[in-house]
Amino acid sequence: MTMTNNPINPQAVSAEKALANTPSELAAKPGARSLRERLMRRVNSGLITFIVVLIAFIWSVPTFGLLVTSFRPAALIQSSGWWSGLLPPWHFTLENYTQVVQAQGVGTAFLNSLIIAIPGTLLPVILASFAAYAFAWMKFPGRDWIFLAIVALLVVPIQMTLVPVLSLYTGLGLTGSYLGIWLAHTAYGMPFAIYLLRSFFGSLPADIFESAMIDGAGHFRIFTRLLLPLATPSLASLVIFQFMWVWNDLLVALIYLGGDPTKSPLTVTIADLVNSYGSNYQVLTAAAFLSMALPLVVFFSLQRYFVRGILAGSVKG
Amino acid sequence: MAQLAQRQPTPAPPRTLQRRLRDAGGSSWLWIAPAIVLVAVYLVYPIFNTIWLSLEDASSTQFVGLKNYSAIFTNPNLLLVLRNNILWIVLGTALTVALGLLIAVLLDRVRIESVAKSAVFIPMAISFVGASVIWRFVYQYAAGGQPQIGLFDAILTGLGRQPQAWLINPSINNYALIAVYVWMWTGFCVVILSAALKSVPADIIEAARVDGANEFSVFFRIIVPVISPTIAVVATTMVINLLKIFDIVYVMTGGDFNTDVIALEYYQQAFTFNNFGLASALAVLLLIVIVPIMLYNIRRFRAQEAQR
Repeated sequence: MTMTNNPINPQAVSAEKALANTPSELAAKPGARSLRERLMRRVNSGLITFIVVLIAFIWSVPTFGLLVTSFRPAALIQSSGWWSGLLPPWHFTLENYTQVVQAQGVGTAFLNSLIIAIPGTLLPVILASFAAYAFAWMKFPGRDWIFLAIVALLVVPIQMTLVPVLSLYTGLGLTGSYLGIWLAHTAYGMPFAIYLLRSFFGSLPADIFESAMIDGAGHFRIFTRLLLPLATPSLASLVIFQFMWVWNDLLVALIYLGGDPTKSPLTVTIADLVNSYGSNYQVLTAAAFLSMALPLVVFFSLQRYFVRGILAGSVKG
Repeated sequence: MAQLAQRQPTPAPPRTLQRRLRDAGGSSWLWIAPAIVLVAVYLVYPIFNTIWLSLEDASSTQFVGLKNYSAIFTNPNLLLVLRNNILWIVLGTALTVALGLLIAVLLDRVRIESVAKSAVFIPMAISFVGASVIWRFVYQYAAGGQPQIGLFDAILTGLGRQPQAWLINPSINNYALIAVYVWMWTGFCVVILSAALKSVPADIIEAARVDGANEFSVFFRIIVPVISPTIAVVATTMVINLLKIFDIVYVMTGGDFNTDVIALEYYQQAFTFNNFGLASALAVLLLIVIVPIMLYNIRRFRAQEAQR
């Protein structure tokens, strides 16, 4: 590493000299240069570590402020910054949480989010696994063209579909029903799910399928007994991805649930709270943190799969 | 994505094996039918229907040709919406990708890489709505002399300046909103770009350093060219996201104070004013911008398949 643009700190140089007296470096002539290099390296890596810590700190402060605020009494939230609440005497309370869960319908909204997100995750993953298996390991006319269409549909803006689908829903009486929103999330998640799973399934070695076929196993048996167990890590990535997407969705719920507050998920409920409560942060912070809790748990426990999913298919529309 | 997919651990199986295995006859249709039916009903049919609706009037009763499109490009309010969206796309993409690259390079050299990466990545797990609440609080404004509970105004007044109405002042509010997006999505760029950085051959970099290249030329002459396909993937993902940006603006300003964007204007035209013609034209506009990306994805996918 030859950093030519960094100032050298003379004091650090002498300190470094005192420390670095391994015989080879003192004896050899290029030793002076390598000494300087080692010094630069240490100064630089210290500097870089400092910058990285600073970035991580800056990135975490807003969320941390929300968390701290959600545990402070309403009067204090309005009269002093959350950072002053970090110093003793502490006045933390769970009051904001009990208030939003009971009075503001956030408890119901949390359940609604689960009711929407669980089928909204499982349904597309199951249907996409069937399709991805066929696209990866079966041969049928039109297969490649259909798959190209799926690739094209990956990036279609959802806005292209809302008005026509809503008018279909109105005709069928699906507006404001959970079935309507499950099907919508399933369909919208489908191109990405198929795309991701096909690339995972297609990368499994062919000879294991081959020998299963020779042993007389049918496609369904191969799919359930062989492919699904092998593909569990990829399915996990997709499950996490789709779950986060559905859990965090605002637009689809806003439109297909037709504004029924008893069915609204957390995102819609919180957006309504922002509209009606503006700066009432004792309500907003607790509600927002409740909405983040589950994704954060999923994120921390399954980060590896999440990252894997992101790396494999970074083109979600 | 092409270069990412190559990192799959197992090589593609030989063609002959595949062919024997893949003969499933007509039953293959059963495997894809549920998925295809859903995609046809929820994506393919609506695309054509929306294109048609965009050529009709507000209540979809009369054919009006390109009138809705000319409205978009002549009405000053809608022109402002377009201008805002362009600002979002340009700044949002440039900042997330540049910061993502910078942070990825820095992370590559420290021992606390995984902790720091998580810190930057966590906002990805939060919904746009949650992030909007977080940042409304950071931007919270109170007139001078009153207690400042918003972080930014507390810093400003602490430095002896006047507090700012971050979300209301039209000369800064769009930037304030874009900052929220950057905060959320830089982590995504970091994760993908740092995976790509690890794939840059170490011996090339070492050789360049031995030849006396400094860190800047190593970065711009070697690292950036090698990972440029990944940078393109990340940048297109950002453009697609930013084109449809909705939640942040909807929750933080509702599109007021000159912060409206296409997806929000679409939402209001379609579901508040019931002007389906204009709303559909706005949606088609989004699609038109996305078509080149769509074609690029298809080309890349075919190239990738050809390698298998």
